[in-house]
Amino acid sequence: MNHAILEKNVILLAVCILITVAIGGLVQLIPLYTMEQTIEEVEGVRPYSPLELAGRNIYVREGCYLCHSQMIRPFRDEAERYGHYSLAAESMYDHPFQWGSKRTGPDLARVGGKYSDDWHVAHMINPRSVVPESIMPGYPFMAETELDFGSAAEHLRTLRIVGVPYTDEQIAEAANDLAAQANPDEGDVDALLQRYPKAVVGNFDGDASRVTELDAIIAYLQMLGTLVDFNEYQPEADFR
Amino acid sequence: MSAALAATSGANVSIQYNEAFVRKFVIATIFWGVVGMLVGVVIAFQLAFPVLNLDLPWTTFGRLRPVHTSAVIFAFGGNALFATSLYVVQRTCRTTLFGGEAMGNFLFWGFQLFIVLAASGYVLGITQSKEYAEPEWYVDLWLTIVWVAYLICFAGTLMKRKEPHIYVANWFFLAFIITVAMLHLVNNAAVPVSFFGTKSYIVWAGVQDAMTQWWYGHNAVGFFLTAGFLGMMYYFVPKQADRPVYSYRLSIVHFWTLIFLYIWAGPHHLHYTALPDWAQTLGMTFSIILWMPSWGGMINGIMTLSGAWDKLRTDPILRFMVASVAFYGMSTFEGPMMSIKAVNSLSHYTDWTIGHVHSGALGWVAFITFGCMYNLVPALWKRERLYSLRLVTYHFWISTIGIVLYITAMWISGIMQGLMWRAYDSLGFLQYSFIETVEAMHPYYVIRAFGGVLFLVGALIMVYNVWKTIKGDLRTEESFEQPAHVPAGAAE
Repeated sequence: MNHAILEKNVILLAVCILITVAIGGLVQLIPLYTMEQTIEEVEGVRPYSPLELAGRNIYVREGCYLCHSQMIRPFRDEAERYGHYSLAAESMYDHPFQWGSKRTGPDLARVGGKYSDDWHVAHMINPRSVVPESIMPGYPFMAETELDFGSAAEHLRTLRIVGVPYTDEQIAEAANDLAAQANPDEGDVDALLQRYPKAVVGNFDGDASRVTELDAIIAYLQMLGTLVDFNEYQPEADFR
Repeated sequence: MSAALAATSGANVSIQYNEAFVRKFVIATIFWGVVGMLVGVVIAFQLAFPVLNLDLPWTTFGRLRPVHTSAVIFAFGGNALFATSLYVVQRTCRTTLFGGEAMGNFLFWGFQLFIVLAASGYVLGITQSKEYAEPEWYVDLWLTIVWVAYLICFAGTLMKRKEPHIYVANWFFLAFIITVAMLHLVNNAAVPVSFFGTKSYIVWAGVQDAMTQWWYGHNAVGFFLTAGFLGMMYYFVPKQADRPVYSYRLSIVHFWTLIFLYIWAGPHHLHYTALPDWAQTLGMTFSIILWMPSWGGMINGIMTLSGAWDKLRTDPILRFMVASVAFYGMSTFEGPMMSIKAVNSLSHYTDWTIGHVHSGALGWVAFITFGCMYNLVPALWKRERLYSLRLVTYHFWISTIGIVLYITAMWISGIMQGLMWRAYDSLGFLQYSFIETVEAMHPYYVIRAFGGVLFLVGALIMVYNVWKTIKGDLRTEESFEQPAHVPAGAAE
């Protein structure tokens, strides 16, 4: 082929470039949506509760993903350090994903339930009070900042547009569920747990008078990696 | 070959090229370069001394790190790409800019607005958390408008060219503009929560979002930081060396194989994750193949000096460019190696990746940019030469020592941390807790930060040199041209 043809025609050159650079992405992206094996079939994965979602948004806002991964690889040492390797299904409702690319701090994919709420409060306010060698920034302002989540229902509704299966009931009750999870003495916890099984409820920061950012992020951290019961999981079914 | 020769053989003096806006892009390049490197030094020290996070919302590592990456990639690198591409396209087409000075000014102020909107958002916690694509939906929309104008301006200038052929540098610039547009639109697809709010949710989820992000992320490297900068190489290296490009045929092979293969390499950022194995294997395979076109380009750049190697001794600007192409060769060997799954199982999540990125970013991207800026400043401000070539030499060596400190510290800390994570003691228990590996990083974080300081000092020397050049000063200094050589036996 005579390359001079392309060197003399801008439109032809641009079209050929676009075709050339489009192929790789098409081959790698489209099958991920069309192949059923991409996401394992497991029990337990559910959309985030409103308080967990608010906490997740704080996690995103503060750039936690820049130092903490949420993706355990299938190696012996990682399984011993962090738990069962991560499944694609566990992040199927994550907009955006938070797998991360760097472990300046440890992986958080299964941090839920590993530490007490009190430990998290102390650690978030001043990491070095519980881990002297830590290089993590302190987030004392989270304990003092009241959670501003706008309209929780709006967030759930937006996520439904992009494919998260929130029900009408979940959207209608979003504000009540948020309040109940952070202040279980005054809300309908049973209804919350009905809608969001395994949600962790409590006065996370020990202050029942208001819902702070610290409440939200601890509610999120305490549920990470806890939804799937791995006693039930059959990895052989998911070889792909 | 004739096109390549013609294009590098000097400008037609009778054409009044649009240059005023290019001067603005040059100043913005240098300004944002210093800002981005300064923030980089700050966050490097934060990792060594966490008290520097100040416990304030706006100054933590998590919020400043995107400021650093966006400032150096998009503000420093982006302004350099605008400056050079729009300068080169006019000269190699022997025509003025499509849209003229007004178009140039729109692109300049439009792009600076994008940078300020993005960076101020990060500090305030407005981010969509996709690496190198952190700006929220409203900033993304604005960038789309600027980018479409850029494409129209660039392609329009190519269309009204007076040269029969489109010069090779412009192929690379065009591929960079088109591909970045494609990546940006797909990766940032999002639905805002409300029209007056900043928050949006990305339409992709989980594993598909991960694949889309690294298809974008790796090709931000492949097209923004590689194809675009190769465009610079194909114009400024021949120009500075006063030689034609080594091989026209190699340019063609280099161009098409590079842009075809790069786009496949994204999954190597997701080895051993929940991404299906077929995609990981595909990503690894293409990453290794990518080594070949990368080195083809490196050879084409370096061999352009055939017959002019002596200029490396006398021309520190050319030295910057050639060293940058050498660093390009090194990091495009390291990258394919790290994409091999067995290697990646050790290197992933560690500082090795950070070191690899910086050998490319400091060694290749920043060095070729420094070389181009030193070439452009006297040309654009119509000065006889730079204020001082000695200062360019100081800049070169101080920066080079900075890079060496940086990447060796990251190699050691990265490989050490990877090995510590997987170490077992004689009883079969994990030998180290996570925090012990963090503690072990400390000395290397200090060395890395010091390497960064040296690189910043080098850039400040450039600022002074450029400032004096624009002012019109010339430093009286001995020429590099005639080193005093003494015949053997004539010592007495």
